[in-house]
Amino acid sequence: MIYLDNSATTKPLPEVLDTFRIVSEKFFANPSSLHNLGSLSEEMLKKSRHQAAQLLGVKDDEIIFTSGGTEGNNLAVKGAAFAYRSRGKHVITTRVEHASGYNAFKQLENEGFDVTYLPVAKDGRVSVQDVKEAIREDTILVSIIHVNNEVGTIQPVQEIGRYLQSFNKILFHVDHVQGIGKVPLKLSGSGIDLCSISGHKFHSPKGTGLLYVRRGVNLSPLFSGGSQELNRRAGTENLPGIAAMVKALRITLEESRQHLGRLQDLQNKMRDAFNTNEHMVVHTPDCHAAPHILNLTVKGIKSEVLVHALEEEDIYVSTKSACSSKEGGASRVLLAMGVPEDEAAQAIRVSLSYQTTEAEIMTFIDTLNKKVTQLKSIMR
Amino acid sequence: MIYDYLIVRFGELTLKGKNRSKFIDRLYLTVKEKLKPFKQLKLKKHFDDIEVQLNGEPMQQVTDVLTKIFGIQTIRAAIKVENNIESMKKGALDIIESYEDGIKTFKISAKRKNKRFPMGSDEINRSLGAHILTNTENIKVDVHNPDINLRVEVMEHETRIYGKDFKGAGGLPAGSSGKVLLMLSGGIDSPVAGYLMQKRGAIVEAVHFHSPPYTNERARQKVIDLTEKLSSFGSQVKLHIVPFTNIQLQIRDKMPDNYRMTMMRRMMLRIAEKLAEKRGALAIATGESLGQVASQTLESMNTINEVTNLPVLRPLLTMDKVEIIDIAQKIDTYDISIRPYEDCCTLFLPSAPKTKPNREHANKFEAEFPIDALIQEALDGVETIDIREQSDKTLMDELL
Repeated sequence: MIYLDNSATTKPLPEVLDTFRIVSEKFFANPSSLHNLGSLSEEMLKKSRHQAAQLLGVKDDEIIFTSGGTEGNNLAVKGAAFAYRSRGKHVITTRVEHASGYNAFKQLENEGFDVTYLPVAKDGRVSVQDVKEAIREDTILVSIIHVNNEVGTIQPVQEIGRYLQSFNKILFHVDHVQGIGKVPLKLSGSGIDLCSISGHKFHSPKGTGLLYVRRGVNLSPLFSGGSQELNRRAGTENLPGIAAMVKALRITLEESRQHLGRLQDLQNKMRDAFNTNEHMVVHTPDCHAAPHILNLTVKGIKSEVLVHALEEEDIYVSTKSACSSKEGGASRVLLAMGVPEDEAAQAIRVSLSYQTTEAEIMTFIDTLNKKVTQLKSIMR
Repeated sequence: MIYDYLIVRFGELTLKGKNRSKFIDRLYLTVKEKLKPFKQLKLKKHFDDIEVQLNGEPMQQVTDVLTKIFGIQTIRAAIKVENNIESMKKGALDIIESYEDGIKTFKISAKRKNKRFPMGSDEINRSLGAHILTNTENIKVDVHNPDINLRVEVMEHETRIYGKDFKGAGGLPAGSSGKVLLMLSGGIDSPVAGYLMQKRGAIVEAVHFHSPPYTNERARQKVIDLTEKLSSFGSQVKLHIVPFTNIQLQIRDKMPDNYRMTMMRRMMLRIAEKLAEKRGALAIATGESLGQVASQTLESMNTINEVTNLPVLRPLLTMDKVEIIDIAQKIDTYDISIRPYEDCCTLFLPSAPKTKPNREHANKFEAEFPIDALIQEALDGVETIDIREQSDKTLMDELL
């Protein structure tokens, strides 16, 4: 099996699953229970939070554990917008957000918020100038995806964060779901107030994630209930998932050094191979792109057909993002980048993880080239 | 920016004359112990500093550990480059560009220890300075008051360029001043007092009075967490937990309401004294601040202190609450201290304890009180916790 759909989800690491199982068995008590068993679970939770904070270079009470990227994005965007609606009702995002961020903004529009969707250039990037010009007196929130999940474009979030630091009343949320472990991001002191991360993108089980909330930032909770997670996220904590995710995060960040250069090399190999194929167009930009995502179109071949053709060879890639791949039609992100509609409807995404090997990529390149030649000859 | 070295420079040690090498040895041991989790590090002890080779370990996390260790004045991060001017230029520019918050002025201070290097220090200064000026915008040279002073050291086989400086914790190395017994309640003040004692080189052991079932498991855990936090500033802090329920019940039943607090403190201090003698501590430390609460008036101190002959050190004596809270927040004990679990200090106390007790009355009330028996009973029940030996905690760490 050659699994190249790591931006959809990754395979959990065995040692991370060990932690999940042992914590489930050993620390099963509710961290909020008063007895000694509860206090042990609380301790485990505290340690997990501490380690997560250390790894991200932030304070313990700035970490809120969530169920994943979708919840993180919703809690950040809607939680901030509702908490600060009395200051103003203008919010800013981009046209290339992940569905969870994008649709949270659509919902805010229904609630009477005024949303600016920033355009992107051909490489998928927003310009800092556009952000500056979009800011109004009543702007309360800017939310931008760090690494785009379909094409891998890196947005200038550090630059935007620095600029936004001079506005006391504007919060800045970064969707870091695809970026974590792949494109370093400094949180503390960088103008970023909120940042969402999802566990299953870095070999943790599904249903895990965290949201960084800078000290002093208020959020209106999505769930009503108990006072867990500093009153921001009610519901009994998913302690096994939390511990497993924090461990996966540690392993990921520890290993990132030895893998990032390697992933970049693998991506370059694919680029070199596909750029010279007359039937193919690579959409992932040359500059400002994450090392683990490559998005391309094989002209004239529907993306579903390609996905299934590769599947026959036990190779797994995806059409745009998993979260919107069943909707059909052209990719919103590619359209925003100015890719023609037919090409945008035929794109596939290849996404790597630290586990991807060079041999796998070489096999993939050969197989794709072969499949394309075959399909083209049938269609002719 | 990936740094190759951290150079750890000593503080007040330079003043210590003949004892200097003993101090340095202690500091070196502490540094070595604290940095154990970073497997790739290599440490070297020099006359003026300790050299930490990072070998790929995360600089920020190593620095976070080092900035907590007492006896360290500054920590300087450095990169190594080859002994040729082109590598030096590249390294210097990399460092300048790594300052995200933007610097406006700089200067270069080159030192040529390796005299065979073909350029003189001035020549190196000019060459590197020019390279930075031509490759950056909005940065100027200022030799008198620069935002950063980029130090360059040409050594035998490599050149070091120093980038970021981190301020150390100051003070004296752990263990250079002997042992004290800290009375640790779980409140905001006593951990700060312990921290300040550690700052001056004392080895701290803590004593906590626990009154189950009136005080619960979480109150106990809170004190363990505080002890662990304190351990991160010096050597491992041992914690002695004294069963105090019976003494409190006896005081409740036999002492006048308004003297209960005074009596309780006298009993605590007697037990602490015995424990200190047993543990080889030469003094007792508390988090008292003059006049803060009823037990901390001069009259109370005078009456309570009567029962011991050991020095009672009160490093917070003249501090205001806000100053104490500032330190508690800085050393990360504040959030633990404010966890809302009752400790024994507030148990069975009247709403208005006596603020001006006196020795004469106290002695009179105690005349019939079975002091020695109660103390012995408490001492027999002392539980000593060595944080490292807690198996659940170890398991938790391994799981993460």
